[in-house]
Amino acid sequence: MPVLDRGLPIDDRWTDLADDQEIPAEGAIIVSLERWRAERDALTARRDAIGVRLKSNQLATELAADLGALSLVALEFPKFRDGRAFSAARELRERFDYKGEIRAFGHIIPDQYLFLTRVGVDTVVVPADRVGPAWAHALKEISVAFQPALGREDGTSVLRRHLKGTVPA
Amino acid sequence: MTEMTGPTPMPDTHSPAIRSNQPADAHAAVYRYDEFDKTFIFERVEQFRAQVERRLKGEITEEEFKPIRLMNGLYLQLHAYMLRVAVPYGMLSSTQVRRLARIARVYDKGYGHFTTRQNIQFNWPKLEDVPTILRELAEVDMHAIQTSGNCIRNVTTDQFCGAAADELVDPRVYAEILRQWSTLHPEFTYLPRKFKIAITGSPNDRAAVQVHDIGLIAKKDEVTGRVGFTVYVGGGQGRTPYLAVKARDFVPVEEIIGYLEAILRVYNQLGRRDNIYKARIKITVNEMGADKFIGLIEEEYARLPRQKFYVDPAIVDAIQTHFAPPPWLDLPAVSDSFEAAKQADPAFARWTRTNLTAHRTPGYAIATISLKPIGGIPGDIEADQMETVADLADLYSFGEVRVTHEQNLVLAHVRQDDLYPLWQALDAVGLGTANAGLISDIIACPGLDYCALANTRSIPVAQRIAERFSDLDRQHDLGELKIKISGCINACGHHHVGHIGILGVDKKGDEFFQILLGGDAGTNAALGEIVGPGFDYDGIIDAVETVVNTFVKLRQPGEIFIQTLARTGHAPFKEALYARA
Repeated sequence: MPVLDRGLPIDDRWTDLADDQEIPAEGAIIVSLERWRAERDALTARRDAIGVRLKSNQLATELAADLGALSLVALEFPKFRDGRAFSAARELRERFDYKGEIRAFGHIIPDQYLFLTRVGVDTVVVPADRVGPAWAHALKEISVAFQPALGREDGTSVLRRHLKGTVPA
Repeated sequence: MTEMTGPTPMPDTHSPAIRSNQPADAHAAVYRYDEFDKTFIFERVEQFRAQVERRLKGEITEEEFKPIRLMNGLYLQLHAYMLRVAVPYGMLSSTQVRRLARIARVYDKGYGHFTTRQNIQFNWPKLEDVPTILRELAEVDMHAIQTSGNCIRNVTTDQFCGAAADELVDPRVYAEILRQWSTLHPEFTYLPRKFKIAITGSPNDRAAVQVHDIGLIAKKDEVTGRVGFTVYVGGGQGRTPYLAVKARDFVPVEEIIGYLEAILRVYNQLGRRDNIYKARIKITVNEMGADKFIGLIEEEYARLPRQKFYVDPAIVDAIQTHFAPPPWLDLPAVSDSFEAAKQADPAFARWTRTNLTAHRTPGYAIATISLKPIGGIPGDIEADQMETVADLADLYSFGEVRVTHEQNLVLAHVRQDDLYPLWQALDAVGLGTANAGLISDIIACPGLDYCALANTRSIPVAQRIAERFSDLDRQHDLGELKIKISGCINACGHHHVGHIGILGVDKKGDEFFQILLGGDAGTNAALGEIVGPGFDYDGIIDAVETVVNTFVKLRQPGEIFIQTLARTGHAPFKEALYARA
């Protein structure tokens, strides 16, 4: 499925493996948390990058000790209304200082895209028939952020802007 | 404009705003948008306009459009769309009230409905008009953001804030900080369920903080003078009512955002998502146990990057300027003309007994405008009436109007000298009912007349109770008595905290009404208990009267209903209700 970065499809180097698929000798792969735990030694013995998928009911803490070995964490949205992954992403970045790629996949709508980037998600997996200008547009619709988070727009949050003397006296 | 009658002083004799050629609502304590806020709100309107266009063209499904429209206050009700407009912590300027009147007239059927969360609803907007309505709101610093959906909702507070004599800390500046913090919060916009925060700064809780997901009581540390909050968590009404538990006795103001981030993050990760009826934070707290839940909050808070969420005192000061006290005059504590008017006009005197609250400044009073005329729909107000209220606010209360969670309006800073002409003008348009806090000041949900979830009617029950007790002298004799009516177990009419609560249930296709006794939304918060089997649509009015007559028989001098009930217990009421059958 197409992967978007900053709203645009990118060439993706990752292979997302189901638990019953054989592990290829080469290439970057994403496996489930369960498989990561069961086959950790075999997976880390490979030369190429490894990512782990978390289901929405699996907290970021499940991976806390492993993050150094992982180049990607993929967070599932079983339904777009299930917002647990927003907190998982933020915990990965803010609490565990994770610097690798965070990817969101599953049922995601463009109207969530800006929020995802603001909690630390880098890439989004989108079904082919859903790729369109709405994604890039969604990142530009709202230019003001009211609270500190993890996005590039952090500088305008209320916690800072009122110190710039912009409030009418 | 409303025709003023009686001894109305000229506006320019006592309105500093008008005298100095400022707008009449220059001192209204509403948060005024700066350039950032304006950029944001108009971007948001255009975003929604594009979303509506995509929906009308069929590019997104109704399922996908639903959370988008909900996040912009747009519900699909029984007969039509309903737009719920946010009134942040209940504060409005007269300019904003006039704009609401215009929206009611142009885009709706000429009226609006104030809600128990201090917001206003329009019941008949067309989908294609909604982006334009939102633009009209944006022009007066208003919006409908997060008035529904599984996100942090409008923060509610004490309707008398900044004016009440008993207030320790003005909560509005903090409510505004929380409003901004929660607006389009990237992490907390797809929560397990809706999330309601209430805040009060008075020891007499008028914001019902203990029946909210988070309740904050602002206070000042007596030794250090620092302002902070007692934080309650896990309260709520609905099907499974709980009073909130205390999470922390004192969180200093500078740390409140970080502490709330911790609470919301724990809830967002661990709140139930398998069952909509078990998804509120109150269920999480009670299934997990309060101690364990609070432990998780504290752990999360301990490891947050606190500096990032630090609320600098300079921020508080900057926002505080929006809520500066209006320029009250030095007045004698007693107004001769007010006293004389009370003597001369018994109807006015009666209104002053129920609809006035003590102001902190000598010579002023807080006036409650009842939106509960006998036989009317609780909380409804016509466009013409809104404009009258706006005019009167300009003349008598610095152009400021407040909405109460009991679905009334308040003019918070009225000179005692002006109370009589104010009441006369209100009375002339049907807004002078002397029943604040009395048996006909009923909270009722929209019920089956509007709502797709309701099992029973609610508004007509309220109307018939008010008609049964239409004699104002009888109402005044009964004293404070709060009836709250919900047309289903979702409890939008707050029946759990009514002195007399009424819950509509469906019984094999017929409407039935249960009575609860002993609820209280105040400082001594309590949940009412169902007294016995329900009553049919006709029987419920008689049953309420039976309860009331039993109270009259049992009361001791000076007692109000809830006090008598606490003294006697439910038994005599139960007996009166069911023994005669």
